[in-house]
Amino acid sequence: MEDDAPVIYGLEFQARALTPQTAETDAIRFLVGTQSLKYDNQIHIIDFDDENNIINKNVLLHQVGEIWHISASPADKGVLATCYNKRMDLNTHVVGEKSETGSVPFHGGWEQASDSKVLTCAAVWRMPKEVEPGSHESPDDASSTAHTLELLCHLDNTAHGSMACVVWEPTGDGKKVISLADNHILLWDLQESSSQAVLASSASLEGKGQLKFTSGRWSPHHNCTQVATANDTAVRGWDTRSMSQIYCIENAHGQLVRDLDFNPNKQYYLASCGDDCKVKFWDTRNVTEPVKTLEEHSHWVWNVRYNHSHDQLVLTGSSDSRVILSNMVSISSEPFGHLVDDDDLSDQEERRPEDKSQEPPQDSVIATYEEHEDSVYAVDWSSADPWLFASLSYDGRLVINRVPRALKYHILL
Amino acid sequence: MAAAAAGPGPGSAPGDSPEGPEAEAPERRRKAHGMLKVYYGLSEGEAAGRPAGPDPLDPIDLNGAHFDPEVYLDKLRRECPLAQLMDSETDMVRQIRALDSDMQTLVYENYNKFISATDTIRKMKNDFRKMEDEMDRLATNMAVITDFSARISATLQDRHERITKLAGGPQPRAGAKVGHPQSFGANTTSVGPPGVHALLRKLQFLFELPSRLTKCVELGAYGQAVRYQGRARAVLQQYQHLPSFRAIQDDCQVITARLAQQLRQRFREGGSGAPEQAECVELLLALGEPAEELCEEFLAHGRGRLEEELRSLEAELGPSPPAPDVLEFTDRGGSGFVGGLCQVAAAYQELFAAQGAAGAEKLAAFARELGGRYFALVERRLAQEQGGSDNSLLVRALDRFHRRLRAPGALLAAAGLAEAATEIVERVARERLGHHLQGLRAAFLGCLTDVRQALAAPRLAGKEGPGLAELLANVASSILSHIKASLAAVHLFTAKEVSFSNKPYFRGEFCSQGVREGLIVGFIRSMCQTAQSFCDSPGEKGGATPPALLLLLSRLCLDYETATISYILTLTDEQFLVQDQSPVTPVSTLCAEARETARRLLTHYVKVQGLVISQMLRKSVETRDWLSTLEPRNVRAVMKRVVEDTTAIDVQVGLLYEEGVRKAQSSDSSKRTFSVYSSSRQQGRYAPSYTPSAPMDTNLLSNIQKLFSERIDVFSPVEFNKVSVLTGIIKISLKTLLECVRLRTFGRFGLQQVQVDCHFLQLYLWRFVADEELVHLLLDEVVASAALRCPDPVPMEPSVVEVICERG
Repeated sequence: MEDDAPVIYGLEFQARALTPQTAETDAIRFLVGTQSLKYDNQIHIIDFDDENNIINKNVLLHQVGEIWHISASPADKGVLATCYNKRMDLNTHVVGEKSETGSVPFHGGWEQASDSKVLTCAAVWRMPKEVEPGSHESPDDASSTAHTLELLCHLDNTAHGSMACVVWEPTGDGKKVISLADNHILLWDLQESSSQAVLASSASLEGKGQLKFTSGRWSPHHNCTQVATANDTAVRGWDTRSMSQIYCIENAHGQLVRDLDFNPNKQYYLASCGDDCKVKFWDTRNVTEPVKTLEEHSHWVWNVRYNHSHDQLVLTGSSDSRVILSNMVSISSEPFGHLVDDDDLSDQEERRPEDKSQEPPQDSVIATYEEHEDSVYAVDWSSADPWLFASLSYDGRLVINRVPRALKYHILL
Repeated sequence: MAAAAAGPGPGSAPGDSPEGPEAEAPERRRKAHGMLKVYYGLSEGEAAGRPAGPDPLDPIDLNGAHFDPEVYLDKLRRECPLAQLMDSETDMVRQIRALDSDMQTLVYENYNKFISATDTIRKMKNDFRKMEDEMDRLATNMAVITDFSARISATLQDRHERITKLAGGPQPRAGAKVGHPQSFGANTTSVGPPGVHALLRKLQFLFELPSRLTKCVELGAYGQAVRYQGRARAVLQQYQHLPSFRAIQDDCQVITARLAQQLRQRFREGGSGAPEQAECVELLLALGEPAEELCEEFLAHGRGRLEEELRSLEAELGPSPPAPDVLEFTDRGGSGFVGGLCQVAAAYQELFAAQGAAGAEKLAAFARELGGRYFALVERRLAQEQGGSDNSLLVRALDRFHRRLRAPGALLAAAGLAEAATEIVERVARERLGHHLQGLRAAFLGCLTDVRQALAAPRLAGKEGPGLAELLANVASSILSHIKASLAAVHLFTAKEVSFSNKPYFRGEFCSQGVREGLIVGFIRSMCQTAQSFCDSPGEKGGATPPALLLLLSRLCLDYETATISYILTLTDEQFLVQDQSPVTPVSTLCAEARETARRLLTHYVKVQGLVISQMLRKSVETRDWLSTLEPRNVRAVMKRVVEDTTAIDVQVGLLYEEGVRKAQSSDSSKRTFSVYSSSRQQGRYAPSYTPSAPMDTNLLSNIQKLFSERIDVFSPVEFNKVSVLTGIIKISLKTLLECVRLRTFGRFGLQQVQVDCHFLQLYLWRFVADEELVHLLLDEVVASAALRCPDPVPMEPSVVEVICERG
């Protein structure tokens, strides 16, 4: 009955970007994007062998720049989108992208680029066929035989500023993408097998001060017509058909809102997190008060994720280097849990008295994971196994954890 | 003369002696009579019977009736010589002459007598006529009298008969029964001559009764009448089968009915006061009127009067502000209404005691209803008083109110007026407590407002540190004095001389649950809550609460925890000798709460201040273009500002909190720590980054270093001392700096600028924190992260960095 120990995987570079391979429902697979200014950045494809507790990795080169955000297409396993930093050299000389290897010319290139600018761009990529599941034999020399991503198209943002993130339409055919660029929200149509991105519509945030979107999520409800975005302390909802704002939670957090997520089973519920160390749960029909507030982290909360199947499980990652798994039963779609069948044979039967099913479960922190030693900037659930999640800290440590088994059985049974 | 002669009674002449004179006088008189008889030629028979001395028939007796002058002369001439003859002749002549004169005298005398007799007769005749008239009148009068007498006799005939009947009735029993009802017992046994007498008097009384009653009724002596009636009723009732009694009873009933009517009339008119009314009722009762009805009527009447009282009280309440103060009001209510109620109740109980439980119940209901209305009025009035601040007046008013109601309470235990009154007093006391609690809260809030103003005002003048300690002392003393004032005010409720203070509520629950728990503990709790609410203020970003206020409140709560709470509670317990055994909040719980509040406030203070500095740092990192920055010549102004602000915070916290303990720094002087930081350590850390195989090493180094350092909890709870507070603030600020740096990309000079800034911070911030290692660690990490975020990490020479920093 002991829980499996967490599986830890170290990357050589700093990393912030993590996503499950959304379209993959059999294998447990995560994609991690690295951040390095000096070397070619990589996308690590992490395969987790649940039975053997073994990690297999594949590395793809992402030479255009350090990856700030990564998201996988929900329709095509091989397609993904990244947001990456591109240095705009004002001397018309784009450095870095071309430099293949070696630090000396690289170093020299930077000497002249003292007045360069950094712009975050976004692009849609296709993984090369070779690294698709099962085709790798020797993970050890994967780095030496690194494959390169195949560029499908750029999401042209020269007119709109830095890209903060790219989100796919959750249940569509992988043709629609929203990207957030500074104060613009852009809806793209990917045409001709994603080789061409056409700006379908856009909207922008008007107001005084520097308005910048920090994050966005596409709601899986309402036929995928709603998108929620975060900027500064506000959370806004948008209708993708008209690209107009439908709700706005002003001052959702005391400080910057870092991330948000929709409850996959309750259409009006969403969670948000931010620099005030809090996680808040909202009913978008009543934006004045949060339904629930968690304050478990001791520093900024960077990420919040609902479990895809069991929405009482909420995962948060914070720059206090902790990952916290919470059980938000009271506001989940299963507020009273499953009824426990008495005749269900299990070894817990003796230990768990029957009245356990009578008392309503309480919201609680299930577990705090302290495997990280640096700020955790990304957490996410596996798309294949609902009891498994990964977290990524800045020092490049990826940790794969499972929901405690006792709780898992409690939920299932 | 005839009368006199005819009426000589045996005793009419007591002076005559029966013997001598009585024997002599008839002799002489007979003689005289004889002479008279002779003179008048009668009375041979009488004279013949007498034994006369000389022979009456002697013809020579000159004085005899048969004197014959011839014979006499012959005899004389024959026998007597001449001389003798001559003498006889002269004697004869002298006698004749004397007789003549005598006769003459007599004639005269008799004539006069005759005339006077005639006169007398005439006069008598006259008088008799008059007398006759009178006699006639007397006769008529007598006739009239006779007539009257006859009529009276006729009139009294039936009474005579009755008396006869009575006399002939069952004498002994009547004698026992008739009479004063009071004397029944005394007279039953003794049936003798006095019993008979009493019986007769009683009979007389009975017969006189109707008239007496009438008279009494006419005179308005109802009491007398009722007494008479009452005396006779039983007898009449008993003997009503006897016609005479029946008649009396009928009469009496008629009169009594009239009497009753009049009494009722008087009763209803109601002009007279309650005692008179009571009298009326008493009389009516004595008359045997149905008591139930009378009850109703009596109560209805009483109700009328009491309602009037109530109306006047209500009028005083009025919509306009009450003119008389509450004391006057309760006084008036007490004397007017309660007094009236007492009277009614007392009279009722006296009059209708015989009614038993039903009557008492009726009275109780009556008192309950009216009392309820009275209480409603009093409560309304008292409610108006709730806002007031004068407790003593209120307590006195309540005291009077309560005291007043104790009398009827004793009278009307069933109506529960005393209980209700006590309840009202209790309620008022409770409300009063609530009011004081509100007052304390308001005072607390007022203090806070004052503090806010005091904090805001000197800021404008540009002067830092507006005597926080002084403000704290002010607030503390002000709150304490408010608490004491409130305690003193509510203490009035338990004063010995107050009538309700010995009620169980005021002895027990009021002291423990009310004052101690409700007021004092409640206030301390609410104070903590109010203070805590500043932590949860949604406007975290705006920082609606001045941080200094948070700090001050935190210190206040801490002071409460250490001393004030136990002081206040001891004070309360002393003043209100709590006898109640119900559990009270122990001091330790409150202290824990206060401590928790203080901790939260201080933590919040740290967060707020940390946020202020964080925002500055974040802005400074986010808005700068780090790629195209120039080579650093100066420490950026924002860093100086950070240090300044931190210093200011340090001063501010130092005003209220103690220094706290620093981690012992082995023997290192601060200077040396700098050198360690800026030279050896920096060298050690950045040197590898020049080598081509750098990336792994950097990470490795930093990771290894982390292995040996403790995890830093950025927003961790703070201790109650300055160092801990400052450490918290600095931790938050530096962590923010770290996170912001990681989001940026730096050029070479950008990195160098960060290096300079961090060194500057290191120079000035170490002194504030408990463990300077912490500052080193965080700043190292900032610089390391900046280096990582720099494609061209060429660090500045440490010596240059130091020069720049020292230059300011």
